[in-house]
Amino acid sequence: MTRRSLNLRAALVSVLIFAAFIGAWHLATRGIGAVQQMDPEYAKLMGATATQGKSAMPGPLDVGAKLWEHLRRPFYDNGPNDKGLGIQIAYSIARVAIGYFLAIAVAIPIGFMIGMSPLMNKALDPFIQVLKPISPLAWMPLALYTIKDSGLSAIFVIFICSLWPMMINTAFGVSAVRKEWLNVARTLEVGTLRRAFTVILPAAAPTIVTGMRISIGIAWLVIVAAEMLVGGTGIGYFVWNEWNNLSITNVINAILLIGLVGMVLDQILARAARLVTFPE
Amino acid sequence: MADKFISLEGIAKRYPAPGGTTTIFENLWLAMNRGEFTCVIGHSGCGKTTVLNILAGLDQPSEGTVIVDNLAIEGPSLDRAVIFQGHSLLPWRTVMGNVAYAVSSKWRRWNAAQVRAQAQKFIDLVGLTGSEHKRPSELSGGMKQRVGIARALSIQPKMMLMDEPFSALDALTRGTLQDEVRRICQETGQTTFMITHDVDEAIYLADRIVLMTNGPGAVMAEVVENPLPKSRVRIDIHKHPLYYAVRNHIIDFLVMRSRTFVEQTPGFDPRKVPVVRPGVDAPPMPPDSTVVRLASHAH
Repeated sequence: MTRRSLNLRAALVSVLIFAAFIGAWHLATRGIGAVQQMDPEYAKLMGATATQGKSAMPGPLDVGAKLWEHLRRPFYDNGPNDKGLGIQIAYSIARVAIGYFLAIAVAIPIGFMIGMSPLMNKALDPFIQVLKPISPLAWMPLALYTIKDSGLSAIFVIFICSLWPMMINTAFGVSAVRKEWLNVARTLEVGTLRRAFTVILPAAAPTIVTGMRISIGIAWLVIVAAEMLVGGTGIGYFVWNEWNNLSITNVINAILLIGLVGMVLDQILARAARLVTFPE
Repeated sequence: MADKFISLEGIAKRYPAPGGTTTIFENLWLAMNRGEFTCVIGHSGCGKTTVLNILAGLDQPSEGTVIVDNLAIEGPSLDRAVIFQGHSLLPWRTVMGNVAYAVSSKWRRWNAAQVRAQAQKFIDLVGLTGSEHKRPSELSGGMKQRVGIARALSIQPKMMLMDEPFSALDALTRGTLQDEVRRICQETGQTTFMITHDVDEAIYLADRIVLMTNGPGAVMAEVVENPLPKSRVRIDIHKHPLYYAVRNHIIDFLVMRSRTFVEQTPGFDPRKVPVVRPGVDAPPMPPDSTVVRLASHAH
C-alpha cells in the first residue's frame, strides 16, 4: 500500500468518526415532539426544553448556527460583557505571546549559563526543583498583590509557567553538546561568544525548540484558567461569562476554538523544530 | 636532528586512582622534524590518543612540556590541525560550511569570497568538487573523512595531527584515502603526526614509526626509521625486499615485546630512544628479545 492511499484511508476514517459523533450528538439532543399540551403563549415562555422534550444540551445544529454567527462577526464590541470571539481570542493570544516571549528572553540565557557552567548547574538546581512543580495559578494571588494589575498578573502567570520547560531543556541541550564539536571549536581557536553562537546554539537548538514547544502548550492551557480568575477579557473569561449566562452553545464554541488555536500554536513550533533539526 | 621542529620533552600523564595515582605514560621524549610523517603504534590504553591530545593542546600533560617551533604550547592552536577519529563535522553545516568555518576562524578579516575561494581549493584537493552543498549526513564515511582532511588542511597548519583517521572506514576506502593523504603530504610538505593500529598503514605512510609499550607506565621503546624508498606505491610496496623486515619487526614488538619491554630493558634511557632500521642495520640492535623469550618458553 502506498503512503498516499494510507493518508486517504485515514482521512476517510476520520470523516466517518466525525460524522458518527455529530450524528449521535444530534440524536441525543433533539426534541421528541410535543410532550405537554399547554397554552401557546405559556409554551413560548417555557421554550423547547419543556414543550418538545428537547435536551438542555445544545445540539450540533445550534452550535453550528452560533459558530456561523461568531465567524461572521468575530470582532464586534458591545461593551465589557459582549465582545466578539475574535477579540477575546486575540486578547488571550496577546497575553500568551507577551508572557511567552518574556520567558524566552529569561529562560534561554539562564539555561545557557546553567548548561555551560557545572557550578551554576549545581547551585541553581534546588531552586529550579522547588519552583518548577508549583502550579502557575498558585502565583496568581502573589502576582495580583505585588503587580496590582489583573492583566499583567495573567501575563506573569504565563511567563512563570513557560519558563521552566525552556530553561531545563536549554540547559540540557547546552550541556549535552558533543565534546568533539567543542573540540573542533577549540582547535580552531574560536572565541567563547562565537563558539556559543556557531557551535553550541545550533547543536542545542533542537532540544531548545522542544522545550519551547512544551512551554507554548502549557501556556495555552494556563491562559484559560488564568483569565477565568482575572476576568475582563480573553477566551477564558468568555467561557466563564457564557457559563454564567448559561449559554452552553457559546461554551462549546469557545472550547472548540481553544483547541484549534492550541493546535495552530503547536504546529508553528513543530515547524520551527523541523527548521533547526539536523540529520546526523 | 638539526631541525627539531616539534619536541615532546619528558611528558607524563597521571590520573588519581584509589590508593595513589595511575601513570598512563611517563618520561616521553620525542623529536620530529619539519615535513616528516610520524606514526605512533601501540596497544589500546598506552596513551597514544592522550599524547595526540596533548600535542593538539586539548589535554595537558601532568609533567613535561611540548615545544613546537621553539615555543612551548599553551592550549589549542590554529597551527596544529586535528583530524579526529570520528569525523566530527558539524552536521548542520554543508561541506563548504564546515571547511569555511575553519578558514574564517583562521583569517577572521577575510570577506566571504576569500573564505569560499580558500575552502574551495581544499575541497577540490581532497576530490569533493561538486559535493560542496551536501550535508555530512548525505556523505559516505570516506567522504566525511575527506571533509575532515580538507578542513584540517585549509587552515594551512604547521602540523597535522591524526587520531586513527581511517579506522572506521572499509578497507577499500581506507586504501584510497591513505593514497590521498600520502599524495597531499608529499605535495604540501606537511608535518604530520598520526596514531594508528594498522601496521601496513604505518609502513606505507610514515617516515618514522614510534613504538609504544603497553600502559600503564607506557614508554616510547623504539623509533623505527622506515627504510622503504620515498617513492613507494601501494601496489607493490609489499614486494620490496625490506617490507617484511620492517613489518615483522613491528609485529614482533606489538605481540611480544610491548608487554615486557620495560622489565627486560633495565637502564633504558627514555631520552635516547633507540632508532632502528630493520633489515638495514644488521644484526638488529638490541638482540631480538622475542627469540630469547621463545627460547625460555621452550624449557
